[in-house]
Amino acid sequence: MLEIKNLHVSIEEKKIIKGLDLSINKGEVHALMGPNGSGKSTLSYVLSGKDKYEINDGTIDYNGKNLLELDVDERANEGLFLAFQYPMEIPGVQTSFFLKTAINSKRKYLGQSEMDALEFAKLMKSKAEELNISTEMLKRDLNVNYSGGEKKKQEILQMSMLSPKMAILDETDSGLDIDALRIVSEGVNKLRNSDNSFLVITHYQRLLNYIKPDFVHIIADGKIVKSGDYSLALELEEKGYEEISQTA
Amino acid sequence: MAATEQTIKQVNTLGNSDYKYGFSTEVDEIRPPKGLNEEIIKFISAQKDEPEWMLEWRLNAFKVFNKLPKPQWAKLNIPEIDYQDCYYYSIPKSLKDKPKSLDEIDPEILKTYEKLGIPLKEQKMLSGIAVDAVFDSVSVATTYKKQLSDLGIVFCSISEAVKTHPELVKKYLGSVIPVSDHSFAALNSAVFTDGSFIYIPEGVRCPVELSTYFRINAMNTGQFERTLIIADKDSYVSYLEGCTAPMRDENQLHAANVELVALDNAEIKYSTVQNWYPGDKEGKGGIYNFVTKRGACRGKNSKISWTQVETGSAITWKYPSCILQGDNSKGEFYSVAITNNMQQADTGTKMIHIGKNTSSKIISKGISAGKANNTYRGLVNILSKAKNARNFTQCDSLLIGNQCGAHTVPYIESSNSDSMVEHEATTSKINEDQLFYCQQRGLNSEDAVGLIVNGFCKEVLQHLPMEFAVEAQKLVAISLEGSVG
Repeated sequence: MLEIKNLHVSIEEKKIIKGLDLSINKGEVHALMGPNGSGKSTLSYVLSGKDKYEINDGTIDYNGKNLLELDVDERANEGLFLAFQYPMEIPGVQTSFFLKTAINSKRKYLGQSEMDALEFAKLMKSKAEELNISTEMLKRDLNVNYSGGEKKKQEILQMSMLSPKMAILDETDSGLDIDALRIVSEGVNKLRNSDNSFLVITHYQRLLNYIKPDFVHIIADGKIVKSGDYSLALELEEKGYEEISQTA
Repeated sequence: MAATEQTIKQVNTLGNSDYKYGFSTEVDEIRPPKGLNEEIIKFISAQKDEPEWMLEWRLNAFKVFNKLPKPQWAKLNIPEIDYQDCYYYSIPKSLKDKPKSLDEIDPEILKTYEKLGIPLKEQKMLSGIAVDAVFDSVSVATTYKKQLSDLGIVFCSISEAVKTHPELVKKYLGSVIPVSDHSFAALNSAVFTDGSFIYIPEGVRCPVELSTYFRINAMNTGQFERTLIIADKDSYVSYLEGCTAPMRDENQLHAANVELVALDNAEIKYSTVQNWYPGDKEGKGGIYNFVTKRGACRGKNSKISWTQVETGSAITWKYPSCILQGDNSKGEFYSVAITNNMQQADTGTKMIHIGKNTSSKIISKGISAGKANNTYRGLVNILSKAKNARNFTQCDSLLIGNQCGAHTVPYIESSNSDSMVEHEATTSKINEDQLFYCQQRGLNSEDAVGLIVNGFCKEVLQHLPMEFAVEAQKLVAISLEGSVG
């Protein structure tokens, strides 16, 4: 699914990612954990194609394609989804309209016809219900005056409606209370199948109680310093980043 | 590539190839020689078979015009206009004797309107919308006339109204915009050619949208639209005008005067979708759109609401205004003005509060891209008798790229102490993170810009009649993009 080799990234001359390797196969859930400034969010932006990041070295293969050559929207329409840490507000654009536009953009890219209005309404309703999102909220402007938790739920709604092949969750747990965390995690778990993959970026082990990863990686200073299974997250919780990084 | 950069690039490649109304129609024209003088005015008046009083009125306006300087207040770079190097009247020969039915109209002209999406033939007419089609200096046809006249509604060209309803024209023409208001107003009064006349009788709610479609076709010809709408007591009308012109290298002048009068409890809703040819990306060609629009809320509880979507023209100079004379009367102004490439716009409104408890609302959205300049200019004037007057103004500007300009020039004058005036203004650049977010959801950069800008304009677009709101949304996107549409 995703194969990152020897990735070096800088922003405004400052090196952020310094030789990162990561391989994610179909059906796998990987957790990426690390302290502030270790390069976690940078990786999510580089994968989704945000500009201002300079790729100094390395390759990223995505389903046989050179990911770095694709535009942001091409990556998205090829099934790469980023659940934002800070979802953007789009004033004047109704949430449901945004969802419809996103779905139809993808269908257009794939050479399919637009989704029928009724089919769309049904899909949105069922997905929104799963996430405990009210229909009233879908009529509001996208993310405008949403609480932190509502914004994160909205990201997961978009994800479940677009059913990506490769989803990156950038600190989706930050700012969530325990109930919202559970609902969001359930939403993610429902999507998991043998064909898609997840990269879950988080500070805390807490989220991983709900979304059980197959692999856990610890990133420090722009490199993955340790990889393991779920138990690594527990070990990290106990010892902290500093000790783990040193023993690596 | 940065999304904004991409947008700017697309905007730059836009040129004029995407102006889909840029074709011209081959017709034989009747056209007096170039130049502005009494002879031309007499010619126009004679062509229209006008009564003597109308000609006198025109000639007087011409005298006034000669004394007035060109208005200078706008932040616009207006090249010197040689009024003598312009044609003031042009009509297709086939329309010389007003055709009695559509069968007598040159098929080329009917085809033109069909191409523009305004079919005039009975079986194809837009449902729910009555159209007056103006081609250069003359009204071609007016649809749904019979159905409207059954309700006592008069909807015809102003030339026709001069002859059929002289008492109304005499009473109201020039009563809202005095001939001496400024030089463009005087010029229009002297040489106005066609436009619409609407009278809604007391107690009648006009059941359909009334609209005029203005088309400039002839070269080097100015178009001098004159529209007069009178809503009698307890009546209601919603009116929409659309404008397009062929692509030409020379600039062309469109100087319009539009007067609205609302009597007691009457409401007029006036919407404009202005898409004159904007010129090419180097600023060659395009329409000079110098428009005076003014509405008088003469009666108590009357209401006038202006909604405009201004995307075309090389230069737009336009301030649809409300004179709130009647107690409790209301004025509204909703505006989207988009300038791209070398376009210039100086637009806004005047709200003159005279009566008690009058209120006004101004929502202006300016979008500037390319090397364009976009100015909001507005006046809220509360006179001493306008006790308890209210105004709310919101002016938002959005910049795309870093070579364009947005300016906000609000004037507020209040002569009494129990009025309330609020003004809010923002200027922002299109947000990279918003664009990135939309693109991450699969929208290409053009669609992302279109979506965000339409969101930005939503408060205004939602005031358009529903039939036109969707078109306007597309137009907003097309005006800023290269290849969509």
